Amino acid sequence: MQHITQNITAEEQMFRLFQENLDTLKGQEPESISRLRQKAAENFHKNGFPHEKTENWRFTSLDPLFQSEYHHDFTNQSRPFDIEKIFTCDVYDLDTFSVTLLNGWFVYKNAPLTRLSNGTIIGGLSKAMEVYPDLVEKYMGQAANLEQPGLAALNTAFFQDGLFIYVPRDVELEKPIQLINIVDSENPLMIHPRHLVVQEKNSKLTLVHCDHSLTHNVSFSNSLSETFLDEHAILDFYKIQNKGPNSAVINNAFFRQKHQSKLTSHSLILNGGFTKNMITATLEDPQTSAVLNGLSLVDSNQHADNQLLVDHVAPNCQSEQLYKGILDDEATAVFSGKIMVRKDAQKTLAYQNNKNILLTDDARANAQPQLEIYADDVKCSHGATVGQLDPEAMFYLRSRGLSERTARQMLMYAFAGEVVQRISIEPLRERIDHMVEKRLKGELTICDQCVLHCNSKEPTVFNIDASKL
Amino acid sequence: MLDIQNLKVSIEGKTILKNFNLKVNKGEVHAIMGPNGTGKSTLASVIAGREMFDVDEGSITYMGQDLFEMEPEIRAREGIFLGFQYPVEIPGVSMANFLRTAINERRKYHDLEPLSGAEFLKLMQQKQKMVDIHSKLTKRSVNEGFSGGEKKKNEIFQMAMLEPRLSILDETDSGLDIDALKVVANGVNNLRSPENSTIVITHYQRLLEYIIPDYVHVLFDGRIVKSGGKELAIQLEEKGYEWIRKEAGVEEAM
Ligand SMILES: Nc1ncnc2c1ncn2[C@@H]1O[C@H](COP(=O)(O)OP(=O)(O)OP(=O)(O)O)[C@@H](O)[C@H]1O
Ligand SMILES: [Mg+2]
Repeated sequence: MQHITQNITAEEQMFRLFQENLDTLKGQEPESISRLRQKAAENFHKNGFPHEKTENWRFTSLDPLFQSEYHHDFTNQSRPFDIEKIFTCDVYDLDTFSVTLLNGWFVYKNAPLTRLSNGTIIGGLSKAMEVYPDLVEKYMGQAANLEQPGLAALNTAFFQDGLFIYVPRDVELEKPIQLINIVDSENPLMIHPRHLVVQEKNSKLTLVHCDHSLTHNVSFSNSLSETFLDEHAILDFYKIQNKGPNSAVINNAFFRQKHQSKLTSHSLILNGGFTKNMITATLEDPQTSAVLNGLSLVDSNQHADNQLLVDHVAPNCQSEQLYKGILDDEATAVFSGKIMVRKDAQKTLAYQNNKNILLTDDARANAQPQLEIYADDVKCSHGATVGQLDPEAMFYLRSRGLSERTARQMLMYAFAGEVVQRISIEPLRERIDHMVEKRLKGELTICDQCVLHCNSKEPTVFNIDASKL
Repeated sequence: MLDIQNLKVSIEGKTILKNFNLKVNKGEVHAIMGPNGTGKSTLASVIAGREMFDVDEGSITYMGQDLFEMEPEIRAREGIFLGFQYPVEIPGVSMANFLRTAINERRKYHDLEPLSGAEFLKLMQQKQKMVDIHSKLTKRSVNEGFSGGEKKKNEIFQMAMLEPRLSILDETDSGLDIDALKVVANGVNNLRSPENSTIVITHYQRLLEYIIPDYVHVLFDGRIVKSGGKELAIQLEEKGYEWIRKEAGVEEAM
């Protein structure tokens, strides 16, 4: 790991870094992808990092992240110390096809790319660009928006590896695919993982994506995923974040949906120093649906930002956004949810709801619902609440003998439960339910998601303290 | 068991109860009646420990202890039960989890081992049968989507589960069909013992045919203006409150 950045503007630094390492970054990729990369780097150089004037960045500042000098690992220097252990890490009582990214690089035991008998391809993006260049070229960069100032362009300039999944027509994958995204580095590390998921017609996939840190060291992960759902494809997508206090995670997920495809996304922030999850779902054809659920449980000075855009391009589509947050201490949360209904998107049904509970006076939640509607025959609604637990319910519970603390925990758990109940895979729901319960009791450690390292590293316990309300 | 003396209660500066006195001995059933808005629910809430009311004067002694020194949950664990006039819906909290936690927190308070899952289930089935509440209801979230009558039955079910010493039932009979009314009465009568007491707040003499009270009190303008035996309830049913208003010299405007 090398290339310590110096004291010039962050944009300039990154652009120079790009130029110096261009050959390494390109690797074996197809020419068209190198062109995309070059263009993204120029866009980034021109538009820079998002700042407080950038749309949807008013309440989230990247400035604190630039206090560290980041290292970069362009040549895959990180060797997993115990690859067996990573691969045997059975996170859920759930039979999953589990893959791991370590510091942004795909970690493999046998082969970097697996082709199942039903034609499904799962593996590292870097290898996929070598082996299936046509497939990757067809989709890469086709969902992400690289024009706006921001991190999508930066990711596109710097990405090298990530997860690649291709699900052929009519294939329903029984086992969920689980991606464990681990950062483990002595030095502050910046990474740009990139994922590409292609689902052909009538295919079905469950993808569980866990962001996870092994140390308390500083890291900045700027990841981007592009997902393409062809007609009637179904995707159940989970993002679970349980990160250390010094980690910054930015996720930029773009979904493009064809006729009657169905996306359900669950974004669960259980811990994380700085998290910004951006989701853009584009409903391009009639009768598609996108349901986006989210739950953030944050305390100390953690910051959780969810930015959603559901773009109704075609008529007769449905979307729903349900995002909830419980904030303790000085934690902050931002929700910017936009519903865009374009001119032709008649008969759109689009709902949005953001609810937050603040446990202290210092915790802050900002909700920015935005409706932009250009069609006249639509049903859209949005609502946002910031408040405290229902005092009537509190008294009812206490009048039956529950302590104030227990009553609060029960109500918070119920509040979170509305989102957790939407998880359709039962073992996963139970597991998350358990994690949420532990989180609310202050018993969840950042190692909890995985059996990897809890014995070797000191766990940090965060505590959403019920007694503060 | 319960001794209320010279109680004065207000909310946001508005006096609701004043010069209120009531003594309930072990084993007694007291009925409290009175027109709407005279402070019956306020009294029940103050006994249960609702914090939004201000107690300006007076004292309540329960089992020899100063009630105002006790948090609502301690009162509950010491055996006070309030059947709410308007039971609260709590989405996402399952009846079973809620009741099991309530029972076990109370057992812990009394240095008893918690009930195991199996023991709890057995108790629940037994009480369900007793109060004739559908087991489907106990699988749902607390009161969520329950009909008016189901909510009231659920209060009695909770009472049966918690086996209180002092039950205060605030219009538990309102909105009940005649069978459910008998169930409520049964629930109360089953608990009736020389050790336990009940305060029944009601508008209807009908309930008192099933739960025979030792005393009937009429609450007017924040205080008890008349007390008597069960025949007082019959008189009220026949004649309304006007004669009491006159007899007590209570102003029309409160
Ligand atoms: N939270 C509150 N804020 C303001 N006033 C209140 C509040 N709660 C009760 N009151 C007032 O106190 C008075 C007594 O109310 P309470 O509910 O005790 O009457 P009640 O005798 O139970 O009537 P009902 O027979 O209709 O149930 C009423 O005038 C009511 O409006
Ligand atoms: Mg009342």
